[in-house]
Amino acid sequence: MERIPILKMGDYLLVTIQVDMHDRLAMTLQDDLTDRIATTRARGVLIDISSLEIVDSFIGRMLGNIAAMSRVLDAETVVVGMRPAVAITLVELGLSLPGVRTALNVEKGMSLLQGVGAEQENLNGRGER
Amino acid sequence: MAVVKDETMSIRSSEDVVRVRQVARELAVSQGLGLVDQTKIVTAASELARNTLDHGGGGTVRLEAINSEMRRGLRLTFEDQGPGIPDIELALKDGYTTGGGLGLGLSGARRLSNEFEIFSRVGEGTRVTITRWK
Repeated sequence: MERIPILKMGDYLLVTIQVDMHDRLAMTLQDDLTDRIATTRARGVLIDISSLEIVDSFIGRMLGNIAAMSRVLDAETVVVGMRPAVAITLVELGLSLPGVRTALNVEKGMSLLQGVGAEQENLNGRGER
Repeated sequence: MAVVKDETMSIRSSEDVVRVRQVARELAVSQGLGLVDQTKIVTAASELARNTLDHGGGGTVRLEAINSEMRRGLRLTFEDQGPGIPDIELALKDGYTTGGGLGLGLSGARRLSNEFEIFSRVGEGTRVTITRWK
């Protein structure tokens, strides 16, 4: 079955969506990611959508679901690389991705995740996980 | 008004929704629409194709590249023989959904188009036409 690869890098999971996703593929990614967050105990998920030419309400909902599910599993999600035309369209469509953190590119997204991780550690005073 | 290209595709699976997006993009490019306008019409096409599939039980889309004297554009007509929409005004409200989605498909597609027309009869089906001009 067709799947979008999920890479593990340290405490983080990286996903680059490079295909025009049909709806079942999007659902599979959502399920796979939540599984991987649980099994790898990832602290963060970075989703690169710079190849996506559109984000419609279905994909928008998937991104929101992934962010919500990963938060429940104690991981942060950052969506990076949204094209400007996609952002304009998304807002006009009526979707502003509430609850989804975004960053301009992978580098900024990564430092956002690392910043959030460090902040939480200070708050909780927790060490390894 | 001259129709310079005319293509009809069937919408029976979520892969078909992807193909509709691709063909709509090609037509939008060939009509000279800018990137933002392309993105808007393709996104609207994706929403309406999914509606045709999920609510209409599948159907067809007719994609036309149209030229008037003044401008060039793209007209998409989605048609299904599904259950129809009893209350169109309600269906056009943001957030109204019967399908478990976000309820933005129809209202969002209307906002993303320059012209929007919907015709539906309960028990017979639904036809939605959108146009985006260059």
